[in-house]
Formats: sequence, structure tokens, C-alpha cells
Amino acid sequence: MVVRGLTRRFGAAVVVDRVDLAVPHAAVFGLLGPNGAGKTTLIKMLITLLAPSEGTATIAGCDVRTRPAQVRRLVGYVPQLLSADGALTAEENLVVFARLYHIPRAQRRARIADALASVGLAGSATKLVRDFSGGMVRRLEIIQSMLHRPPVLFLDEPTIGLDPAARHDIWAELRQVNATEQTTLFITTHDMEEADALCQQVAIMHRGRVIAQGTPGELKARVGPDANLDDVFIALTGGGTQGVEEGGFGAAGRARRTARRLG
Amino acid sequence: MPPAGPGVPHGVSVEPLRQPAGPVRFVEDTAAIVAVEIRKLRHDPLELLTRAVQPVLWLLVFGTVMAHARAIPTGGLPYLDFLAPGILAQSSLFVAIFYGIAVIWERDLGVLNKYLVSPASRPALVLGKALSAGVRSLAQAVIVYLVAAGLGVHLRWGPLALAGVVVTVLLGAAVFATFSLIIACLVKTRERFMGIGQILTMPLFFASNAIYPVALMPPPLRWLAHLNPLTYQTDLLRALMLSAGRSAFGLPRDLAVLIGSLVLLVGLAARLCPRVVQ
Repeated sequence: MVVRGLTRRFGAAVVVDRVDLAVPHAAVFGLLGPNGAGKTTLIKMLITLLAPSEGTATIAGCDVRTRPAQVRRLVGYVPQLLSADGALTAEENLVVFARLYHIPRAQRRARIADALASVGLAGSATKLVRDFSGGMVRRLEIIQSMLHRPPVLFLDEPTIGLDPAARHDIWAELRQVNATEQTTLFITTHDMEEADALCQQVAIMHRGRVIAQGTPGELKARVGPDANLDDVFIALTGGGTQGVEEGGFGAAGRARRTARRLG
Repeated sequence: MPPAGPGVPHGVSVEPLRQPAGPVRFVEDTAAIVAVEIRKLRHDPLELLTRAVQPVLWLLVFGTVMAHARAIPTGGLPYLDFLAPGILAQSSLFVAIFYGIAVIWERDLGVLNKYLVSPASRPALVLGKALSAGVRSLAQAVIVYLVAAGLGVHLRWGPLALAGVVVTVLLGAAVFATFSLIIACLVKTRERFMGIGQILTMPLFFASNAIYPVALMPPPLRWLAHLNPLTYQTDLLRALMLSAGRSAFGLPRDLAVLIGSLVLLVGLAARLCPRVVQ
């Protein structure tokens, strides 16, 4: 994935400002930043939900501006909110996406059954998702987004609101996806422990711009010999938040709704 | 064979995903969205019963009172016969016109984002949602038929007539559900949507031939009624549902208005729907 000068303006506000990124194939890439840094807007441009104002981004060789339909076949997406449909069973949630991604009918049943088994949900396949715990929903969403085996998987704050055990489960699933499928993982987070645990490469975003990029080790070394990623984050961003976009009232409300759904 | 992991079946070879031809893909994508609605209704059929209260009250209370009053000229039809197709059209309008709120809810939960990131075309997603409202309206049709039959309405029971009613209910609900989706794309919040939905519902209902003939209306309202797809849906239902039913505008015109409105609205909604997640 190559991103060059990607910019998004909303009126006069520049929410994503000339972002350059290069994410190698099969890497686990973490995009870190405080609330309102522009992470979600950047991800929306990369998955074709939002048109860039300027700049280019290519995913597996396909330009998001000129070939959005092809890009959609190449990416999987796990939104920040728990977005599996609670009024359907786990299996039904998977069937609808298997159909929308045109997975051949002959393969659907086996693919769905194996996907459910791989994350320990085989016994809950016919249960309504509204009765699932937050961690179960997240695991379901990960296999839902991977059913068509995309080369790149985008995850927006994948463990937000989960308890520590569920977080570690999700990290294990993501490591497995990355290792067994060679899937590139693009994760936004403001959880430094998550970035340290999962990501080989990280970029720190602040006020719409990427202000640092490298391995977690490289970034820590810039700040001090005993620094952790929290120290790096605070040193580079000042530890503040902005209220332009995802840090605004709407995002706070969404985060609260997610927290309520997670119980 | 690749190693097994999430989404990777054991023992199933990995083949490149097929790319069905455009029209086939369109139909498959639309059907996938409609199937979601059918599965939801199977899990929670109680909602259908609660929604049936309103049309039943219109027929039982308003219908029997007005039939007794003999105040509305209906061209020789008993008033309850005249009213039953109008109430079916009205109940599908009420189901469909608030459908946009479900889409705003799905946007808030992130479900809509995932649909829009899938390779399904926007028009197929919109039409799938619109026909989902149609599926809910079909349940209303069953209730209206049962109550109407109980009240002695002279109904046609031939398979062609019943198939025609199914198509008309699906079409009418799809038109208004798409209209509702367009409003949802423009206003983006549930609170604003509720206000606008309530403002629209009553004029659409009263500026139509659902409960009285268009000829009774003052000229400006008559003009509005001729622009209102509900008028043509009701006209078509009257011709198909009633044993003595006739279309005032002609079936081809009724169908042309409904299909034309649906095509135009789906095209517009498909262009607007990415705005709802931005």
C-alpha cells in the first residue's frame, strides 16, 4: 500500500493533510494518534468511503480514486463500532457478506463453518449476535471481514471497550490472520500497548499529519533509552486531543454506545 | 493448499473469486440484502403484528363508520371495498416512509459502512433495502386481506390478481422506502428524520385517492394527487384486489409511474448514499 500526499478537507478544515505512507505486503501497520488526529478519515479514504481532496493511494496496485470497485474486492474492514447485526445469527451475518463478495455457493458453507471454528464460535453459529459478548462480536467481525480473503485488512480501533482477556484474544486472532494468510493489517489505535504488542511498523498522526514513522523500537529510541510508546506518543503529540473530527461530540457518543453494547 | 486460519477452510482449495456478469451480480446483491430482512422477520415476527394494528383500525373503525354515513361517492363500490386497497397502500407507505431511520441506525452501528465497502453496487444495495421494506409491507397485505374478507369486501382470489397485488405492494413500498433513504442521506440524523417523516406522511396519504376519490378534492390538491405515486399504487390495487374493481388511470400508466419513480429514486439514492457515512 502506497499513500502519497493524501489530503481531505471539510470546508476550510484540513482533517488529513498531505499524508505519505508506505506499508509493505504482509506487514502489521499501526496508525497511532490522539482523538481527532484524522485516523478514521484517512481509513475512510483508503477503503473508498470518502473521496480524497488531493493525493493518491494505491492498494495492491489499485488506485482508490480511479478503481474504487477493484479496491473494495481487495480490502476487508472492521469498523470501530461493533457492527455485526444483532438481529441475525452469527452464521447469517457471515452468509450475507459471503453473498455480497460473490463467494461461490459451493464454497460458502465450508468456508463459513471453518471460519467460525477458527475463532471458537462454531457452537454459537445459530445464536443471535445480540446475545454475544463484545469479544465474540469482534471475533465474528474479523472472520466476516476475512471471508473473501482480502490481501489488506483495515481495523479501526479493534479492541476499544473490550476487557483485557478479550483484547488478548483479538490480538491472537490478528497475529494468526497475518501469519497464516500473509494479510497486511492496517490498524488504527490510540492504545500504545496494542501498538507495541501487534505492530511491526507504526506511524503517529497528529492534527491531520503523519509526524513520525518507523518500528516501535526506532520511535522509542528517539525519545530515550527507557522510553515506551506512551512516552513517544506524549513527546510527539503533547498528549492533547483535538475536537475537529473523531474526537468531537459525535465520536464520544459513538464510543459510549459501543461501551454500552459491550456491557 | 494454504494453512488454515480465520476464514480459511480446512480442506477447501482456494480459487479466485468469480466475477458474475453485471446484471447477475446486481440481482444477486439485491437478493442478498432482501434475504437479510426476511431472516430478521423470521427471528422477530411480533413486529409485524404490532404494525398491523393501524390498518386494522382504519378498516374497522373509520371504514365501517364512513360506510354507514354513505358520505363519499365511490362510483358504485361499497365504501369498504373502495377503502380496503387504499388502506393497504397506506400501510405500505407507513412502513416504507420511516425505513430511512433504520438506515441511519445501521450507519450509526457501522453496518452500513461494511455494506458500502463491499463490492456490491450502490444501486443494488439501495434496491435491496427498498424491496426489504416491500417484504415487510407484504405482511401488512395479509392482515388487510384477512380483515377485509371478514368485513365482506368483495375480493378477487385468482392467482394472477394476487400476484399482481404482491408486485404492486412491493413496488409501492420500494418507491417510498427509496424516497425515505434519500431523506436519510440528506438529513443524516434520526431526530431530523423523524420530524421530516411525520411532515411528509400525512400529505402523501391525504393527497391521494386512498380514502376518497381524487374528483372530490379541490384543484390544487387534485394536482398534487396526480403527482403522488400513492395515487397510482392505490388505483392499481383497486383494479387488482376487488372483484368489481376498475383502474381510473389504466394499468399501464399506473405501472409506468411506479416503475419510473422507482428507477429515478434508486438512481438518485445510489448517488447520495455514500454521503450518509461521510
